[in-house]
Amino acid sequence: MNMALLRRSATYVLLSLAAFISVFPFIWMALGATNKSNDIVTGRLSLGSNLLVNFQNLLAQVDLVRVFGNSFLIAIISTLLTLAVSSLAGYGFEIFRSRVRERVFQLLLLFLSIPFAALMVPLFVLISRAQLNNTFIAVILPTIASIFIIFYFRQATKAFPGDLRDAARVDGLKEWQIFLFVYLPTMRSTYAAATIIVFMGAWNNYLWPLIVLQTPENKTITLVISALTAAYTPDYGVILLATVLATLPTLIIFFVLQRQFVQGMLGAVK
Amino acid sequence: MATTRLHRNEQINGWAFVMPALVLLGIFMIYPILWSLWMSFQVGRGNNFSFGGLANIQRLANDALLVHALSNTIIFFIIQVPIMIVLALLFAVALNDATLRFRGVFRTLLFLPCVTSLIAYSSLFKSMFSNDGIINQTLVSLHLIGAPIPWLTDPFWAKMVIITAITWRWTGYNMIFYLAALQNIDKSIYEAARIDGVPAWARFWNLTVPMLKPVILFTTILSTIGTLQLFDEVNNITQGGPGNGTMTLSLYIYNLTFRMMPSFGYSALVSWVIVAIVAVLSIVQFVIARDRRRAS
Repeated sequence: MNMALLRRSATYVLLSLAAFISVFPFIWMALGATNKSNDIVTGRLSLGSNLLVNFQNLLAQVDLVRVFGNSFLIAIISTLLTLAVSSLAGYGFEIFRSRVRERVFQLLLLFLSIPFAALMVPLFVLISRAQLNNTFIAVILPTIASIFIIFYFRQATKAFPGDLRDAARVDGLKEWQIFLFVYLPTMRSTYAAATIIVFMGAWNNYLWPLIVLQTPENKTITLVISALTAAYTPDYGVILLATVLATLPTLIIFFVLQRQFVQGMLGAVK
Repeated sequence: MATTRLHRNEQINGWAFVMPALVLLGIFMIYPILWSLWMSFQVGRGNNFSFGGLANIQRLANDALLVHALSNTIIFFIIQVPIMIVLALLFAVALNDATLRFRGVFRTLLFLPCVTSLIAYSSLFKSMFSNDGIINQTLVSLHLIGAPIPWLTDPFWAKMVIITAITWRWTGYNMIFYLAALQNIDKSIYEAARIDGVPAWARFWNLTVPMLKPVILFTTILSTIGTLQLFDEVNNITQGGPGNGTMTLSLYIYNLTFRMMPSFGYSALVSWVIVAIVAVLSIVQFVIARDRRRAS
């Protein structure tokens, strides 16, 4: 009995410690945004009075509206196109089975584990030759057909009731109408979860935009934060304020749609 | 007649639905991979290249920096992945206990690091691990260390910062996978084991771990790919330094292509090294999993 109590207490202590470590950098970030850079690198852990100055310094260095506009534009268009193209394919692979397409699908799964680093050089040459360098199209296009999301939708489509499709066919609906007017509304929660993963991925994407986007007016918020951090004498007050701003959208999505968020992350192993 | 028309209809629709994705994947994935295979034999700077035979392979064999990047990647992998997976498993098992209070709160807080972008959190870690920073101050005031640790200026400690950072960011993510898998395990097995007097740690090793094996394998593969991709953190926190102590494969390819004398042919060959490593590791992991399954 005593042993059980001891183990229970140890569990709470361990979990509380882990939770504290998980949350601490968020507290650090929020407090840091209100402090001077010098205070931050010497570990000051209290609310400062430098928030407005940091904000003014950030505005002086970065066209915030433009940068956030770029990030949102890229993330939203990427998300819409990725969901459209990849859910169509996932649905197609699952509903219309044929031996050839099954082989194609298996081939795609092999490509799933190829790291982006292996693709970036030829992709860059391809994009340069197409004269799409420094455009949002170049950032968005290569990410639209996501094998991961195709796989996710194929798995989810297994739960789409065949009766619904049969009934729609009897009613004389064409296949694309069934997809648009029956499948799409039925699979709302699948789409919600996929939206979150794709949006997060696009919002946080760094390496590919770093390669493709060169001029300041095209930079996204992640590129700006990394440029600020790489400065010879980085101003951490400004940097932490920028990370707060960059993290807020995903943090809000997480707290509002926590269930779909976790569901989306889990999508692949169902 | 009716069945063949139906069959043809199925075929046309089947291809129509998957075609947009296949065309895009063909252009932006399969074509680049094949092209980089061809480029691996090209030499020259920037966009002007010519056939160089085995020149790149010779360069590969004598590339000390590549060996450095490879060994760093392996060190990150061997140390970081097991720590993270064990922690994630422990948290998942603890949180799977229905009698535990504040389960939802703990789960949310442990998962929270996943919402940060890799760039945002690595900037945070860079500022926390500065020489007079909060981490050193805390460790000194707890008398855990005598003098501040040169976190970002010593190759060994810089690796530790990267490992700590990645573990912070991804443990909760892996935990969620294990939690979901645990919830699918039949509770009566545990009841039976408990009634038979099997102690907790034995239940963990002999029941939980074997049943979670497929998920553990899946997350290990994800982490392997993640380690090979490692770029954002090292580029932002240490830029591969000090003294290439945190240079990774992805960062090396990036440097080869965009920072040093651009040599697309050689970068393409190094990219193929990554593809080869991924292929070999995936095969090894699957074989291990299969053998263990047979043995048990």
